[in-house]
Amino acid sequence: MRPVLIWGAFLVLILWPFAMALGSPQLAWREPVYIAAGFAGVLAMMLLVAQPLLAAGLLPGLPAMRGRRLHRWVGGTLVVLIVVHVGGLWITSPPDVIDALLFVSPTPFSAWGVIAMWAIFATAVLAIWRRHMRFQTWRAIHMTLACVIVLGCIVHAVQIDGTMAPVSKFVLSIGLLAVSVPIIGRRFIDQRERRL
Amino acid sequence: MTLTKLTRRTLIAGAAATTLIRPAAAQGLAPTQTMRGGSNNYRPGAPIVERIGGGGFWMTGTVRRAGDGAPLAGQRIQVWAHTTEGHERDERSHGATLTDANGEFRLEMPQIVPAFGQAHGHLAYDSDEFETVFLRPLMSSPNDTTLAAHFVLQPV
Repeated sequence: MRPVLIWGAFLVLILWPFAMALGSPQLAWREPVYIAAGFAGVLAMMLLVAQPLLAAGLLPGLPAMRGRRLHRWVGGTLVVLIVVHVGGLWITSPPDVIDALLFVSPTPFSAWGVIAMWAIFATAVLAIWRRHMRFQTWRAIHMTLACVIVLGCIVHAVQIDGTMAPVSKFVLSIGLLAVSVPIIGRRFIDQRERRL
Repeated sequence: MTLTKLTRRTLIAGAAATTLIRPAAAQGLAPTQTMRGGSNNYRPGAPIVERIGGGGFWMTGTVRRAGDGAPLAGQRIQVWAHTTEGHERDERSHGATLTDANGEFRLEMPQIVPAFGQAHGHLAYDSDEFETVFLRPLMSSPNDTTLAAHFVLQPV
């Protein structure tokens, strides 16, 4: 029963905002490229919820080893989704994306998205380099980047008046925080205890 | 709590500020500054139109001269936005209008919808007589059917 409940809660948490976004009236006034760019962002936020759970092996049926392999694949998918998100927005309105990338955008959420983007790219590069680094160092950086990504993504998403419906977006953000804070926090505590 | 202690330093700073600000105060109304992102997807030379597309939404505002605040008639204001009929970049989303004798303008256009995270419009003054100004006003609600923007122009 427990596995069903965990998977059920997880799927409702990520699929409800997705379904709400699919029903957004704003889609009617957007070109396909803009729609694709928007949904790449929505999908990235959904997948981000899975990342701490997979890394910690907390999703039933996906214990540590299998969970972590999937964690890497999902991480790679996040990189692709971010490229589609930013690329699609660039095609839709180049000056707005250039402003965002240069941190001179009038919209307060853009900078947070760009910060999260660079943190995701840095995480991917570091993941490839992991074997060349001391494990403790790698994990400290990985966890710090994870914090930046989670916070950046949430602050970015909640301020946007876009296809995501406010209530489901808010609940998704709370859910993302609820899974990230204990799992990431636990790693930091482990690290400190080992050092003592 | 915020009482400033009168020292030689604040006295000098105050005197400097007074002399610096005086000429501007004498001139009165300060010119409107271009807003961040205001010129994004700008298309020079958008035609003067009765209305943009099917209409239903009103972009309104005033144009005055910096300093004395005199209303400026016959000034060309360009308007564009992401609407129910097209993206900001689309030519059909752009149009221009002229101010009346009171320096007021009103241009009907399709309903503005949120784009790039905010429901907003773009306006430009881009003729030769005054300094160019680009505005990017936000709608307080995406359901609003009107948006106002005001220009105070600095003579070239």
